[in-house]
Amino acid sequence: MDFLVSTSDPDSTPDAPSGPEPDLPHLVVIGNGMAGCRAVEELIARDAGRYRVTIFGAEPRVNYNRIMLSPVLAGEKTFDDIVINDAAWYADNGIELVAGDPVAAIDRAAKIVTSRSGRSVRYDKLLIATGSDPFIIPVPGKDLSGVISFRDMDDVDHMLAAADRGGSAVVIGGGLLGLEAAHGLSLRGMKVTVLHLMPILMERQLDEAAAWLLKSALEARGQTVLTGADTAEILGDGKVEAVRLKDGREIPADLVVMAVGIRPSVALARDAGLAVGRGIQVDDHMVTSDPDVLAVGECVEHDGQVYGLVAPLWDMCRALADGLVERPSGYRASVTSTKLKVAGLDVFSAGDFAGGEGCEDIVLRDASRGVYKRVVLKEDRIVGAVLYGDTADGSWYFDLMRRGEDISATRDLLIFGQAFASGGGQADPKAAVAALSDGAEICGCNGVSKGQVVSCIAKGAHSLDAVRSGCKASASCGSCTRLVETLLALTLGDEVEAGPKTMCNCTSFGHDDVRREIVAQGMRSIPEVMHRLHWSTPDGCSSCRPALNYYLLCAWPGEYQDDQQSRFVNERLHANIQKDGTYSVVPRMWGGITTPRELRAIADVVEKYDAPMVKVTGGQRLDIFGIRKEDLPAVWADLNAAGMVSGHAYGKALRTVKTCVGSEWCRFGTQDSTGLGVKLERGFWGSWMPHKFKMAVSGCPRNCAEATIKDFGVVCVDSGYELHVGGNGGIHVRATDLLTKVASEEEAIHFGAAFVQLYREEARYLERTAPWIERVGLQHIKDRVVEDAAGRDALAARFWYSQQFSQDDPWAERVSGAAREQHAHMAHFQPLALEVAQ
Amino acid sequence: MIGDWLDIGWLDQIPVRGSRTVTVSGGEQVAVFRTADNRVFALANRCPHKGGPLSQGIVHGHSVACPLHNWRIALATGEAQGEDKGCAPTIPVKVDAGRVLLCRTSTLKAAA
Repeated sequence: MDFLVSTSDPDSTPDAPSGPEPDLPHLVVIGNGMAGCRAVEELIARDAGRYRVTIFGAEPRVNYNRIMLSPVLAGEKTFDDIVINDAAWYADNGIELVAGDPVAAIDRAAKIVTSRSGRSVRYDKLLIATGSDPFIIPVPGKDLSGVISFRDMDDVDHMLAAADRGGSAVVIGGGLLGLEAAHGLSLRGMKVTVLHLMPILMERQLDEAAAWLLKSALEARGQTVLTGADTAEILGDGKVEAVRLKDGREIPADLVVMAVGIRPSVALARDAGLAVGRGIQVDDHMVTSDPDVLAVGECVEHDGQVYGLVAPLWDMCRALADGLVERPSGYRASVTSTKLKVAGLDVFSAGDFAGGEGCEDIVLRDASRGVYKRVVLKEDRIVGAVLYGDTADGSWYFDLMRRGEDISATRDLLIFGQAFASGGGQADPKAAVAALSDGAEICGCNGVSKGQVVSCIAKGAHSLDAVRSGCKASASCGSCTRLVETLLALTLGDEVEAGPKTMCNCTSFGHDDVRREIVAQGMRSIPEVMHRLHWSTPDGCSSCRPALNYYLLCAWPGEYQDDQQSRFVNERLHANIQKDGTYSVVPRMWGGITTPRELRAIADVVEKYDAPMVKVTGGQRLDIFGIRKEDLPAVWADLNAAGMVSGHAYGKALRTVKTCVGSEWCRFGTQDSTGLGVKLERGFWGSWMPHKFKMAVSGCPRNCAEATIKDFGVVCVDSGYELHVGGNGGIHVRATDLLTKVASEEEAIHFGAAFVQLYREEARYLERTAPWIERVGLQHIKDRVVEDAAGRDALAARFWYSQQFSQDDPWAERVSGAAREQHAHMAHFQPLALEVAQ
Repeated sequence: MIGDWLDIGWLDQIPVRGSRTVTVSGGEQVAVFRTADNRVFALANRCPHKGGPLSQGIVHGHSVACPLHNWRIALATGEAQGEDKGCAPTIPVKVDAGRVLLCRTSTLKAAA
C-alpha cells in the first residue's frame, strides 16, 4: 500500500493557505516515522485544534512500524499489517502529508523549510524527527550494487527481490538488526553468513552465555555465524560477488546487508546551525537551541544520551506534547530494557549486566529447555538482568529494578520468577500480572504501561480490539496479547467482551477477512490459503478446513475442485451419521409430494436392507434409519431407479421446501403453494450454503407450512406473495422478518435466488440465516435484495450460474462407482482361518 | 509360518488426510489413517467418548476429529486431546515397499 501525497505545485508561494483553519499556528514536522507521528498523535490527544499540522516524509508511504520490518522480511506480516497511521488518519485529523519529498533545508531566520522538490512551507513551530541513518562501514566496495542497509521498506523490497533469485547473503553486523535480517533471508531460502566484529553476538544486550546460546541456536538453523570477523573489502565487478575479511577469508555473496549500527540523522539540523553533539541537543521539553524548533526520537541527544530503542521515544513524545500545549512535564532519561524476539528466540535484557565491584549474580540454566536467566544484584537491589529462552519474567525484573525494590526477602526464589517469589510457589499468571506496578511496561512496541492499559479499559475499552485501538497496547507484534487479556480480565471480570473471533486457532484472521482475501488475492485452493495467510498449522483443523472448502467453492463455482477430506462425514458419505455409526437416508420429495412408485421403492429398501426404522421428518420427507456405509450405494441405486435423488438432509445446503396444499385443494388457499414449492426446490436443490437452509411455502396467512420459522418462507396472499427471511425453529426460536411482497411466482423465485446468494456470499460458515441477519441487520438485506434492482439481478445471476455446477445427483455418482473406497473396507480378516493355517 | 504383520493393501488405497477401515470377524474394526505428511497410523475404530467411527473423522496434522462430537484424538497415542479424557487403543502399523502392514497380535487380539 504505497502511498503518495504530494500534490501541491512546488512553486507555490510559501505558506499558501491550504488547511481549513489557516489562522492556526503551523506545526511542521520533518519525519513521517514512528517518532514524528507519535508526537503528533500525543499532541492531538491533548488539544486537537491547537495547530495546523504538515508532515514531511522521505519515504513515499504512510507511517509504519519500523520495528516490524523484520516480520515483513520473514513473511509473517505484510506492509499493510505494520501501518500505524493509515491515509484516513491523516485525513481525519486534517494533517497534510508530503510523502516522498524530504525537507532539504531549514531557514530559521525566515522560518521556512524547503523540500527537495523545491516546495517551501512557513512554520511557527518546527519539529525535527529525522530518526537515524544506517552506518555504512567505509570499506572498498561499499557502493557496489547489491550492498544495502536494513532500515526501511525499500531495503526490505530489495532483500525480497534478492531472496527470490536465491544464492548467498552476507550480513555484516551481529546486533539485533543484523540477526533479524539474517533470519528473514534464511527463511526466504538464502544461504546466510553473519559477520560480527565483536567476539559475542548482540554484545550490548547479552552476556557471553546468552550470546553463545543464541549463536548455537542460529547455527542449528543453518546460518553461519562468524564472530571476531573484521570486514576488509567487498569484492565484485559492478555487482557484489564476495566479502573479504582482514584475515584473508573470502565469503561468496550475492547480497550484502550492512547492519552494523545507526547514527542519529543530524545533517539537516547541523546545516541549520542548531546545537548538535552526537545528536540534536534538546532540553527536558525536547526544545533545541532554537526555542521554535523541537526535536524528538533517535535523532536527539538528551543529557548526553542518544537512544536507539523505541521505549524512550514514547516518553519523549509525551514530554514534547505536554510542552506544546503549555503543560510542561519534562523528559527524564530513560532506563531501558530490551525484550526481543531474535529470529524467533526470546531474549530480554535490562540495566547493567556487566557485573563488577559489589555486584552479585544469580544464574539459572536449564540446558534441555534452552533457558538461561541471570539477575545482577547490588546491595539487595536488581541492577540488571539477562534472560534467554524464557523471558516471561522480564517485565517483573525490570519493574523491580526501576523501583529499586529491596529483594532480600525473596532472594532465594527470585530467579524462579515472579510466580514463585511472590506467590508462595503457586504459578498463577493472573496474580503475577496483578502484582505489576502501574508503571510496568506491558507493550514494548508502543510503549504502553500497565497503568495506561488499565485506564484505557476503565474508559470503556472492554475488548482486546478496543484496547488495541484505544492505547495501542498489543496492536503491533501481539506478543503482549496475553498480558492485555489478563489485564482485561482483572479489571472487568466477566464483563470482557470478545472481539471479532478468529476462524479457529490455526489463524489470526476472522472468517470475513479470509473470504475477502480469497477473492482479492484470487486464491484457488486450501493449501494456497493456508500458505498465503500464514496458517499456524500444517493442514488446518476440523473447524477451518470445511469452512475454507465452502468459501472456495462459493468464490469459484465450476472451477474449484471440492476437497472431500475437508468435508464433514455426512457430506462425504451423502447420508446422516447416527450414534451407532450407521447412516440415515432421506430421498428428495419435491415440495413434500410423493407417488406410489416412490413410496414402494422406499418400502422395498426398508425391507431389503432391514432398516430398523423409517420416520416422517419435520420437513415432510421419509427418513430411513440404520443403513451401513457399505450398503449406501446399493440403497441409492434402488432409490435412483424409482426416480429419486439425494435429499441433502445431511448437507449445509437446501434441505427441504415444506408446503401446504394451497389453492389446488384447500378452501382457504390463495395461490398454488405446492406448485411454487416444487419450483423452488427444483431450482435451489444441490446448492452448497454456509449452513443448512430450509424453505416453506404456505398457501394463505394461516401458514400451515410454518413458513415464518424458515430461512426463506413464502406466505401466499390474495394479492401475491410475502417473502419472509431469517426464521429458525431450533434452540432459539426466531420468527422471520418480512423482506418484501411481490406479485408473481417468478419474482418470488428471483428474490429468493438473490437472497440465497447474498447469504452464500456474506454469511460465515456454520452461521444460519437468523444469526446472520441479526448480525448484519435486516436493512442491509433489504438494501441489497429489495432496494437495489441491479444488485438483485446480479446476485440472482451469480446464483444461477453456480447452480449449473451443483445439480448433479451425488447419489447417482456414487452408484456409478465414484469414491467407491469410501464405502468399502480395505481388508477383512478371519482370525480362525489364520489360526488353522498356523 | 505366518509373520507378525498383516498385509492390508497398498498405501495409495488410503486417501491422504483420510482413513480406511479393516474388519476382523468377531473383533473390533481398525481405522488406518494416512496424514498429509504420509505417515500412517492405526487405531481401534471407536472414539473413547461414545464409540464414534474415528475413520470417518477429519484428519488434520497427526489428529483426527471424531465425527460424532468432534473430540480430537491424537493418532500416535489414541489419547483424547485438550480437556477431554480417554484413549482409543493403538495398533502398530508400518509401511514396507508401499504395502501397509498391521501388527497381527494387536489386530486380532479382540477377536481371540
